[in-house]
Amino acid sequence: MLADPGVVQALLAGVIVAALCGFVGVFVVMRRQSFAGHAITDVGFTGGAGAPLAGLDPLAGLLAFSVIGSIVMARLGDKIRERDVATGVVLTASLGLGALFLFIQTRYVSQPAALLFGSIFAIRSGVLLTTMVVGAACVIALAILYRPLIFSTVNPETAAARGVPVKFISTAFLLIMGVAVAEAAQLVGVLLTTALLIGPASAAITFSRRVPWAILFAVIFGAVQMTLSIFLAYASYTWPPGGKGWPVSFFLGVLALGTFVIARFFSAGDSRRSESNEA
Amino acid sequence: MIELPYMQNAFIVGALVSIVAGVIGFFVVLRGASFATHALAQIGFAGAAGAVLIGVEPVWGLLAFSLLGAGGMGILSARGSARDAITALVMTAALGTGALFLVLNRTYATDAFSLLFGTIVGISRTQVAATAALAVLSLLTVAAMYRPLLFATVNTEAAHARGIPMQVLSISFLACIAIAATTTIPTVGTLLIFALMVAPPAAATLLTDRPWRAIGLGIVLNLVCCWSGIALAFTTGLPVGFLIASFAALVYIGVRVYTTVTAP
Amino acid sequence: MVKVLDRPVRRGSKLIGYVSQRTVVDPELPLRGRDFVGFGLDGEKWGFSLPSKQRAAQVTEALRAVGALAYADAPVGKLSGGEQQRLFIAQALLSDPKIVLLDEPLSNLDIASASEIVKVVDGLRRSHGVTVLFVTHDINPLIEVMDRVIYLAAGRAAVGPVDQVVREEVLSKLYGYHVDVIRVGDRVVVLTP
Repeated sequence: MLADPGVVQALLAGVIVAALCGFVGVFVVMRRQSFAGHAITDVGFTGGAGAPLAGLDPLAGLLAFSVIGSIVMARLGDKIRERDVATGVVLTASLGLGALFLFIQTRYVSQPAALLFGSIFAIRSGVLLTTMVVGAACVIALAILYRPLIFSTVNPETAAARGVPVKFISTAFLLIMGVAVAEAAQLVGVLLTTALLIGPASAAITFSRRVPWAILFAVIFGAVQMTLSIFLAYASYTWPPGGKGWPVSFFLGVLALGTFVIARFFSAGDSRRSESNEA
Repeated sequence: MIELPYMQNAFIVGALVSIVAGVIGFFVVLRGASFATHALAQIGFAGAAGAVLIGVEPVWGLLAFSLLGAGGMGILSARGSARDAITALVMTAALGTGALFLVLNRTYATDAFSLLFGTIVGISRTQVAATAALAVLSLLTVAAMYRPLLFATVNTEAAHARGIPMQVLSISFLACIAIAATTTIPTVGTLLIFALMVAPPAAATLLTDRPWRAIGLGIVLNLVCCWSGIALAFTTGLPVGFLIASFAALVYIGVRVYTTVTAP
Repeated sequence: MVKVLDRPVRRGSKLIGYVSQRTVVDPELPLRGRDFVGFGLDGEKWGFSLPSKQRAAQVTEALRAVGALAYADAPVGKLSGGEQQRLFIAQALLSDPKIVLLDEPLSNLDIASASEIVKVVDGLRRSHGVTVLFVTHDINPLIEVMDRVIYLAAGRAAVGPVDQVVREEVLSKLYGYHVDVIRVGDRVVVLTP
């Protein structure tokens, strides 16, 4: 099956995107922003669905909406307490718009489906290069933010007292996440992106004691889950009911949840220490 | 338009959905459960796709999947941490399964999207009755646990100490959301119950601190969004889901601006 | 202009160490006590810190100063309240401050942990030569180690050395009702009704 150039492209793109999502995802899970991470993919989906109406490339719409969505979320939700609702309202507005866009362009019904579930076996070659460039940019940006980002995640008040621009950092982080997620979504679809962003990272975090390790494991888990999913999806052409492959999203969604449950199960014994200290 | 029987049905369903979403939305906002609400609606969508595959009414698939999802999220979150990550993972697993159902089913697009985004035409009296039954069921469940739920929401630890079974409570509450999401199938669409459970109730809690008033105000704001959305959908032909979601978001942003400006 | 340590006040001064009111640390945070304390050294700087012997030695020294070496490699979120509080203090010490602000560091701690934290802070102010500003609701655990008290009650304040402020007539006047100050051996206890 590796003789099939479509599969090789899919594996390459899939692994790059999975690694990027794993890296960004560790911060998303640590900051408890899974909802925002998922919402941005949905917001991006609306942009992707709407762009053709304005005669634009769906990718441009996806990226533009992701960026705008992350800024609005950051502006509306300063305090943690408001964040949930702020994300919800942005999501509400964008889902409504999405409904409108889909309604106007009923001719392209297949396009939203591709946006939702991805078309990883049909990747244009130019896209791969852009993915690498944008992915590298996200990694560099995160490397620059790294220390103050973790400081303000763990200990926001002290970080602010030490002169860390906490608000700027949280907006910048949402922006990086928005770009990473938009990149991933255009390659593997909106659904896979959320699974890739949250699944490997949350599994890695359950047993890691240090952020660099968590990042390493998240990247490995992501790459492995992605590769397995692509192989299984490819193999499933011969499975019942026959003649059609099972979607990559299915395998990835199930693998993401499964890995997390297993990781949590095995790390459960590890929390003894804390209990003995609680006394 | 009010003479048309299907429009009467649409308005009645809209009212039922507004009431249910207003009551449950109050707790959704207080408990910070917007994500769970969104996830359960999407999980339900996957179930509906599964029901179509095996030739059952979509409502049952929706109900079964979203209840299963509620149970899964509740049990996995028992240790308290990583609640939102678990919500995301259960949701993507269900959606992936939904994608599989859609692929196996060949019939994609239109049916699925009307489940997601809603429609106002062709709502029958039986559907109204089904919605009403589910609405009553979820309201009764909330009424039964109103006091412990409010207590546990505002003061988790004290409630725990008083012996309130927190896990049972939170799973029951998620189940309530799941049932409420099912009420919306014919008109509003599963995606947009989310709009009505988050934005107007959140606006209501910005305006008042008293629980009963916040619930009442949430219902009123929901009714305004819902009925004007349905009426405009009828006159303009635009999708009802778009109108209701936009009104809901506008209500929240409007109230947010108003309270910021008038704040001392 | 208000000046602290002969310098105009600005955000993020390294000369002032700050321990915020206790915040809940996520139990699943992938961060060791050591990493957490390290933020006190360079947490506000962009980029990431490369492993360095000097850095590690400074962090270890701060951990030793607060007696937290035993759990330096355990995940922060899984430590008890008292253990976490020591890490917070070690973090504040690392910027080599002249003043340390502690905002309610004893809240939510049991009596034993609270008195240990007081001992740690008292030891540090002597060994490191720092001024400690300690905000608390319960004055009793601190009475023996304080130099000066700013006692705020009912919108009024009494300022001065401990033996001038912690007296029945001063505190009773401050509160507007009778307050007992009891001496047990060489210890002093404030009893409010």
